[in-house]
Amino acid sequence: MSADITSSHHPAPRPDWVWHLGLVAFVAGWFAIYRQLPHWSEWLVAQLPVERASHTGEALAFFFYDTPKVMMLLTLIVFAMGVVRSFFSPERTRALLAGRREGVGNVMAAGLGVLTPFCSCSAVPLFIGLVSAGVPLGVTFSFLISAPMVNEVALVLLFGLVGWKVAAIYFAFGLGVAVVAGWVIGKLHLEGWLQDWVRDIHSGATTPGAVAADHLTLVGRYRQGMEAVHEIFGRVWLWIIAGIAMGAAIHGYVPQELMLRIMGSGTGGNWWSVPAAVLLGIPMYTNAAGVIPIVEALLGKGAPLGTVLAFMMSVIALSAPEMIILREVLTLRLVGVFIAVVGSGILAVGFLFNFLI
Amino acid sequence: MDIKVLGSGCAKCKATTDIITRVAAETGRDITLEKIEDMRQIASFGVMTTPAVIVEGKVVHKGSVPSHDEVLAFLG
Repeated sequence: MSADITSSHHPAPRPDWVWHLGLVAFVAGWFAIYRQLPHWSEWLVAQLPVERASHTGEALAFFFYDTPKVMMLLTLIVFAMGVVRSFFSPERTRALLAGRREGVGNVMAAGLGVLTPFCSCSAVPLFIGLVSAGVPLGVTFSFLISAPMVNEVALVLLFGLVGWKVAAIYFAFGLGVAVVAGWVIGKLHLEGWLQDWVRDIHSGATTPGAVAADHLTLVGRYRQGMEAVHEIFGRVWLWIIAGIAMGAAIHGYVPQELMLRIMGSGTGGNWWSVPAAVLLGIPMYTNAAGVIPIVEALLGKGAPLGTVLAFMMSVIALSAPEMIILREVLTLRLVGVFIAVVGSGILAVGFLFNFLI
Repeated sequence: MDIKVLGSGCAKCKATTDIITRVAAETGRDITLEKIEDMRQIASFGVMTTPAVIVEGKVVHKGSVPSHDEVLAFLG
């Protein structure tokens, strides 16, 4: 943990203790501000020339409270996850999963999908890297399903806007869908449905392109956390604001009866609302950041949890752009199987919760 | 010096070629820069995360846009 490593890159390095102290101060300041947010947002709405109890007042209060709250939660959690992820790399994940049996492999892959740094733009090289190293196809799919679906942005937004119970349910059942769907795809033995050139790499075993192992200092990990915050915010801030504005509009203006008529309510609601939610979610291209504020507002208006969960999972896990990326390595038939298996899993989760609650 | 940037045309890949071009110009190094967007070729280098940088056939960086200092280091 010496400062020498950083000093070779930076002319005037801050000593390590400054970083640690800065982190402590940041976290303390974060909690102090977070606790004051409800007061500040109410104060802000009170300054505006609108009736607090009106539709507009309701919508504004929602927007001014939820936006800073979600942004703050995201900053903290994305930073923490950035630090945690600096301990994991795709190469390490591959080493852990290579030759792993199905079953245990699917569970590990789904878990590693949460912890390994993942960007959908790297989905194809990652897929090839895993399959070519002898990771079974079904295990690879468990990873590829959980990595985008169960991510910290989705969980933070659910926690911040809807509550910890729904966040926990989403986490558990998101992992469950990834494990089971991957396991089913593995059982179908569809290796022959990969694109030909992918199968060739598979049998030819390419040399892993290793970069000299990088041993990060704790401060180096802090830096990675900060980079993660910077990167994710750059990507999602607009989605979050648009999503919360949308959610605020639903809060303030959409009448509850309308929502209930469309989505069906509680047990015995419209049975078709779950499959409809899944189908509706596929072409929608938004990420967790855009969809969850809307989800929160829908739930608030009495939409059933199962339908809403199914919609959210479908939007995030079965997005059209990801299908197009995967199409490069999978034949159309395999993409079809992927959609059918994952879609069935999501349907099951949706029906289960509509039935239970 | 033969440099290749691997990546499927995302914004980060463009940022990577930009910074390499800039650092090379600043330091007056003579490089040939090639962008590789074809997945088969990318896969043949064995990298799992893009953008990746190949110098003289060796993977020197992957998974992020390299910093100014990192580019200096691998231009050597």
